[in-house]
Amino acid sequence: MPPSSDQNRQSWEELLILVAEIQSHDAFAQLYRHFAPRLKSYLMRGGASDSLAEDVAQEAMATAWRKAALFDPAKANVSTWLFTIARNLRIDRIRRESRPEPDPNDPAFVPEPLPSPDRVITAQQNADIIQHALADLPDTQREAVMLSFFEEASHAAIAERLQVPLGTVKSRIRLGLRSLGQRVNCESYGVDP
Amino acid sequence: MTIRHHVSEELLYEYAAGRLGETWSVAIATHLALCPECRMRERLFDSVGGNILDASAPATMAHGSLDACMALIEANGSQEPAHSQRTTETPARPVFPEPLRGYAGGDLDTVPWSKVGGGVRQKIISAGTDATASCRLLYITPGQAVPEHGHRGLELTLVLAGSFSDGDATFARGDLEIADEEVEHTPIAGMDGPCICLAVTDAPLRFKSWLPRLAQRFIKI
Repeated sequence: MPPSSDQNRQSWEELLILVAEIQSHDAFAQLYRHFAPRLKSYLMRGGASDSLAEDVAQEAMATAWRKAALFDPAKANVSTWLFTIARNLRIDRIRRESRPEPDPNDPAFVPEPLPSPDRVITAQQNADIIQHALADLPDTQREAVMLSFFEEASHAAIAERLQVPLGTVKSRIRLGLRSLGQRVNCESYGVDP
Repeated sequence: MTIRHHVSEELLYEYAAGRLGETWSVAIATHLALCPECRMRERLFDSVGGNILDASAPATMAHGSLDACMALIEANGSQEPAHSQRTTETPARPVFPEPLRGYAGGDLDTVPWSKVGGGVRQKIISAGTDATASCRLLYITPGQAVPEHGHRGLELTLVLAGSFSDGDATFARGDLEIADEEVEHTPIAGMDGPCICLAVTDAPLRFKSWLPRLAQRFIKI
């Protein structure tokens, strides 16, 4: 749980803003103690050894320090933001590829249309909606969707692990992702499924 | 510009999870640059990653882990400002959005095309070390039909200029066509100027009539 559940403490967002604004070592240490072990766990589930995962998790947190001023709470909550940093480092350090991404400052980039005021939704609300939508998926679909997030878990490996045919795994993932997408469209943006 | 043909859930999820190869990701990321709607969907899948972090059992960190991280921070120097200056020259109105422009080595007006016959030109693009797929820019003369071809695997075609139609569907700038091995299609370039596309395939295109004929001529059967 974020420390905001305790009213005397600051939220992850507030701590990260302290890192950006006053280079607070104390705020960074609190973020580190919570998130570094989870980043390491994510990297190990993706197939990295303990020592490689340790190094990449440290580097991800150092990157978070360096990029703290670029954190935009409207786009992602702290967990999601840190995940994207660790994901990109994993591609770079472990897969030895780059991750092509759009550049919002490029003149060819098509910006978001301005949302109508009643449709503005915070990144935290978005994260909560996803959490509930995941929880509401049928168990078999949620399991396949979550397993397929990790590189080591190819669809064939997932099929073997769950002892079901490959086609079944693929259709569970497809159905699961579709209902996640529809649920979020419906709740966040008022779009009918 | 209204984009009608979007990235599938599966490909977008693989891109968000960081599992999609670099070559495929060039096409997805370039579509995302042109499509705010898919960027919104991608952020949703990113937050699945945030959820996984929140729910994962913490691993044990090495002794002195935080100190080691602080040393890394000291060694790397200062924080980045919230707004950074662009360092590279950019055309005023590029046809190729980033990240494609970087991979192509420039915009449309600098592409060194090679003729492949039948009113089609191409330029192969390499995307790092990812050898799981091949990536090319295609130039198709207005009104020209690309010969009917099937695929041994997946093919992504992103329109960057002009348009093409395939059966009942029309694809214009930003639209992404996703074709698998079951699709045999005959795209025809629209009359609104040359059709410029980015095509990514995980197998060589299998033309039904055109390349075999070319090959036959070459070996003089």
